Amino acid sequence: MATIRVQEADFDVGAEFAALTAGRSDVGGIGCFVGTVRDHAGGRRITAMTLEHYPAMTSPALARIAAEAERRWALLGCTVIHRVGRLLPGENIVLVLAAAPHRQAALDATGFLIDFLKTRAPFWKKETFAETGEEAWVEAREGDDAAAARW
Amino acid sequence: MQTPDTRTLKILYFAWLRERTRVAEEEVSVPASVASVGALVDWLSERSPGHQAAFANRRTVRCAVNQDFADPATPIASGDEVAFFPPVTGG
Repeated sequence: MATIRVQEADFDVGAEFAALTAGRSDVGGIGCFVGTVRDHAGGRRITAMTLEHYPAMTSPALARIAAEAERRWALLGCTVIHRVGRLLPGENIVLVLAAAPHRQAALDATGFLIDFLKTRAPFWKKETFAETGEEAWVEAREGDDAAAARW
Repeated sequence: MQTPDTRTLKILYFAWLRERTRVAEEEVSVPASVASVGALVDWLSERSPGHQAAFANRRTVRCAVNQDFADPATPIASGDEVAFFPPVTGG
């Protein structure tokens, strides 16, 4: 059963690792991805990133992606936590953990989860630029679709 | 108000579509002839200059009907929640 959360608050990676493996010893490996806010975009400094989402759709979309990963790689568990609201450079945005009996399944499922999340979950990022205070929505990258299509 | 020849829909806008239409959410009654997402976009575009600007470049607009990704051919029914937004950029 996947753990799915969308929240403004930060997450504690160590605590999420512990929660994922609590009371079990059949896990052979855990894949982990943490996405964080960069302080620059396109050669310009940014002071903040604001994340918006579609609440009624976000959790079901994440649950579907997680269920697909659990099925394809026979995961023993997975965790997806995505933050929303105003975030500062260096802050965490997203956490993906995938627990499996063997490393390849854990690593592949982690890659699948973040690639699919980036193209299938209804989140939008807006960057605030340092020099002018101007804000701009981040444009989707074709590379993200290509990454998701690998799976 | 719903009569047999209209459909009532809840429309949501996110990110720059919301900024251009200047509404996050609106309820609309569309004629029965507006039976697909594509026809709905044509109809909504006429609501205001902001709506027209939001839908000006349709290649950059994505849609969900009742929280599932949809495309211009997806049918719409009375009571549906139809959301419009840019390509997603989370993660």
